[in-house]
Amino acid sequence: MGDRLHTFNGGIHPEGHKAESSATPIRDMALLPRYVVPLRQHIGTPARPLVQAGDKVLRGQPIGAAEGYVSTAVHAPTSGTVIAVEPRAVPHPSGLFDLAVAIESDGEDRAVDFTPLDWRNLDPSALRNRIRDLGLAGLGGAVFPSYIKLNPGAQSIHTLIVNGAECEPWITCDDRLMRERAAETLQGVAIMAHALGVKTVLVGIEDNKPEALAAMAAAAPAGVEVVAVPTRYPGGGGKQLTYTLTGVETPTGGRSTDVGIQVFNVGTAYSLYRAAMLGEPLLSRVVTVTGHVARPGNFETRIGTPLADLLTAAGGANPGAVGEIIGGPMMGFDLMDLAAPVTKAVNCLIVKDPVHFPPRPAPLPCIRCGACARSCPADLQPFEMYWFSRAKDFGKAQSYNLFDCIECGCCAYVCPSHIPLVDFFRFAKSEIWEREQEKRASDQARQRHEFKEFRLEREKQEKAEKFAKAAEKQKEAAAAGPAAAPADPEAEKKKAILQAALERAAKAKEGVTPKNTDHLPPRVEREIAEIDARREQVVGKEGGEG
Amino acid sequence: MLSAILVMAAIGLVLGGILGWASVSYRVEEDPLVEKIDAVLPQTQCGQCGYPGCKPYAEAIAKGEAEINKCPPGGLEGIKRMAELLGVEPPAAEGMEPKPKSIAVIDENTCIGCTLCIQSCPVDAIIGAAKQMHTIIADQCTGCELCLPPCPVDCIAMVVVKEDVTTWKWRYPVHMMKRAA
Amino acid sequence: MNGSPYALLAKNSVSSVMLKVMAALIPGIIAHAWFFGPGIWVSLFLCTGFAVALEGLILLMRNVPVKPFLSDGSVLVTAWLLALSLPTLAPWWLYAVGVVLAVLVAKHFYGGLGQNPFNPAMVGYAALIVSFPVYMTQWPAPLGLADHSLTLLDAFDLVFAGQGSISPDAYTSATVLDTWKTQARLGLPAEDIRAMAMFGWAGARGQEFVAAAFAFGGLLMLAHRLITWHIPVAFLVGLALTAGLLHLLDPGRHADPLFHLLSGGAMLGAFFIATDPVTASSTPLGKLIYAGLAGFLTALIRAFGGYPDGVAFAVLIANICVPFIDAYTQPRVFGHDKAGK
Repeated sequence: MGDRLHTFNGGIHPEGHKAESSATPIRDMALLPRYVVPLRQHIGTPARPLVQAGDKVLRGQPIGAAEGYVSTAVHAPTSGTVIAVEPRAVPHPSGLFDLAVAIESDGEDRAVDFTPLDWRNLDPSALRNRIRDLGLAGLGGAVFPSYIKLNPGAQSIHTLIVNGAECEPWITCDDRLMRERAAETLQGVAIMAHALGVKTVLVGIEDNKPEALAAMAAAAPAGVEVVAVPTRYPGGGGKQLTYTLTGVETPTGGRSTDVGIQVFNVGTAYSLYRAAMLGEPLLSRVVTVTGHVARPGNFETRIGTPLADLLTAAGGANPGAVGEIIGGPMMGFDLMDLAAPVTKAVNCLIVKDPVHFPPRPAPLPCIRCGACARSCPADLQPFEMYWFSRAKDFGKAQSYNLFDCIECGCCAYVCPSHIPLVDFFRFAKSEIWEREQEKRASDQARQRHEFKEFRLEREKQEKAEKFAKAAEKQKEAAAAGPAAAPADPEAEKKKAILQAALERAAKAKEGVTPKNTDHLPPRVEREIAEIDARREQVVGKEGGEG
Repeated sequence: MLSAILVMAAIGLVLGGILGWASVSYRVEEDPLVEKIDAVLPQTQCGQCGYPGCKPYAEAIAKGEAEINKCPPGGLEGIKRMAELLGVEPPAAEGMEPKPKSIAVIDENTCIGCTLCIQSCPVDAIIGAAKQMHTIIADQCTGCELCLPPCPVDCIAMVVVKEDVTTWKWRYPVHMMKRAA
Repeated sequence: MNGSPYALLAKNSVSSVMLKVMAALIPGIIAHAWFFGPGIWVSLFLCTGFAVALEGLILLMRNVPVKPFLSDGSVLVTAWLLALSLPTLAPWWLYAVGVVLAVLVAKHFYGGLGQNPFNPAMVGYAALIVSFPVYMTQWPAPLGLADHSLTLLDAFDLVFAGQGSISPDAYTSATVLDTWKTQARLGLPAEDIRAMAMFGWAGARGQEFVAAAFAFGGLLMLAHRLITWHIPVAFLVGLALTAGLLHLLDPGRHADPLFHLLSGGAMLGAFFIATDPVTASSTPLGKLIYAGLAGFLTALIRAFGGYPDGVAFAVLIANICVPFIDAYTQPRVFGHDKAGK
């Protein structure tokens, strides 16, 4: 594997614009007076806050704990005081606020004690739990909690692919990272390979990054193959890179692990190195600031750094800037608020100028020219999906495999009618998800309603039975009267056994009978527990008062 | 003339035979109508239609006893989907201003623990016991408002569910095809 | 709230696509003017003028922005394809009627750009040939065969004032396809037909070069990736195979495939008409089936139909089949197995 490269269909060659930011080394940022750390920085359930306003924190101290399975921890970027745990601006296309911990730094930047992990000897499950508590998540953009991906689980993983392709134009953070910290990154890769127990390790880097390729190849130990892949967007997409390197297609609706391959970003490998070797949680990442700014480049940025401060560190926007993009120009989104902080997912901040990012021309009707289909790396027919998404015929859109769309933006890029195709696909997908959600909710409501009816009915029946039994007993007692002679011991014994069996059955029944608080998701169960705790408090208080 | 008639008759027989065979061998087993109608209803179990729950309303629709525009939580969208399912013209919707999705919230300091709301909740979304504060499980609440009237101390309020980053949806892209009026 | 903010940098647009298509038509037009006289300039001028005026009017009436839609150039391509399909030197109103049928009926009645199921130019042509067969079968005679060599002014005169001063027989004739069909049905041996003055070395005299020029323009479009190879190749192969088979079965009655490829609207149809993306199939396999069907039908209509050329009817019939073809030729999506799961 890896001897021969495979070519995925479609793709485009947009102008790279990498040189603007890749020429200078990664710069450190001065300590800021204030950081805002969102609790939802990864795919899955947001972290549960561990601090409240007024708490003192140290750098690296957990301020949010993993909640549920698909989740990971978040940590304080510096020492100081928590000033608020409240909804704040976050880098999200909606511009909506989300729960975050705002920290005022004390300027001392004192850290908690970091203990390196003995990763070679640690039990795999314990190692993964440590990685979860160190807050590691994929830094390539999907921010999936890393500890889950390091679990080979039932499927056996034979190949580890390390993604250093960085195919989006303008972004160079992985490029600089590989040039400057190749050895450390590859140590992180070694830990990944150890945790997954893989034999083959392939590092895929697009051939427009010769320095990174050289640095990685020079530092690569035996068993790690650094492969130059042709520069073609979206060659760094997980599925595309996997196909390019191995010729294996990730099955639809599945993950690459289904075919024995796991993919990590180089930035994640580097953060794993820091986690294992230094015991340091994910506190910072490399972020590219480029476009219409005075001094574009890459910055070692603490998670929680307000984007406005990051922009200032790059010399500020040049006159005539027309807004900012978070992420790359192909898959990123327009930033709504510069107060939003850098999160684990933010790899790039582009300041737009009107020359490179002119306003979108008014779209014309689709002429079915098929340019989108020829550019689609997933071999979809985007114009058909567009047709039905526009008409809100979501069933038909789905039948054209809408959910195989990776939203890479190639179709919208080549469309001669300038139709914002990806926007339509995102719209259709979120509508479909909402409908499925509603359907689930209504199915659940129906079940709960039916069960309540059933429960009421049963209670009524039980009551009636009990009543009838009691009446019968009374009658029996009346009939037997004092004349009832002691029965023979044999019969008495039989009766006792019967009684015991009945009781056992009743008990067992009680055990399996679902109450209205059974079968709830863990989050709801926790909610109930919290409510119980509150109730106890209230009751206690009332008791105290009374 | 005779041959023409014979040919026509033969064609009729053959086609009739094919149709008959097809209707038997391609018969689609359908869900009972009530189930299908019930699936379209939003399952709030609110009783605003005048029936005790969604299923009874679905049964009434299936029997043709009820109009399909009696379900405010389903909204216009619901009427449209019901009309599609039943193959009828969607009737006019009266008093169906789309209401934002809301859930009930109990003011825990006012609640006296009377359990009346627990009994009224059609989906068992309220927990608590006698003389103890009650609480609504937000995830299970359908927003039916049935718990509001029984509460003797008016401690239950309907709170609109706000959009957050998880429930946020990509909007329909604006198309500038039409000339501004 | 836009996704893919970079999408605007690709430098293609509908109007640039349409302009390139028109540029690719120019070699064929020049060849046509060289071999068949200046009439083509008149018909191009008339069709373009009528079409632009009509499109503008319709856009106004439909209350859509006129400028972006008029400047998309699609109506110009329709007008040029119609002008190149119709005989030159026909009365002016013939072009006007053709344009109304193409632009109003075939395009805007279905919702305008991108919505029409049938090729507008071919709808115009087909409706005209059904309605006005006499005008539609009189074509200018090729270079060297006309008794009277026309100037551009003469051409205008003929189109607008009618055939007063010059006798129509002096400058028009039936097409070779027409002649072949009538003569072969009358029993004239193939060699004798081929010996007639209007025939050239392979197809119709002069028309061979016009066809070659259109093919050259088509290759330019291929080189610029305006079209893919599927449709022209499948159309020409479908036409040549069917014509070749018929020729093998009955050489006296049916002309050879090369003759079919180089006469009538075969090349124009293969590269410019069947490739209209709006009305063509859009999947790779679908394109092969669609264009192969159109080529096959062209040959059949030429051999057995009542009209001299079959391209228009063949393309229209193939257009009807497009939704069906597309539905069953969806390519395999990345990550799906062969069954599409």
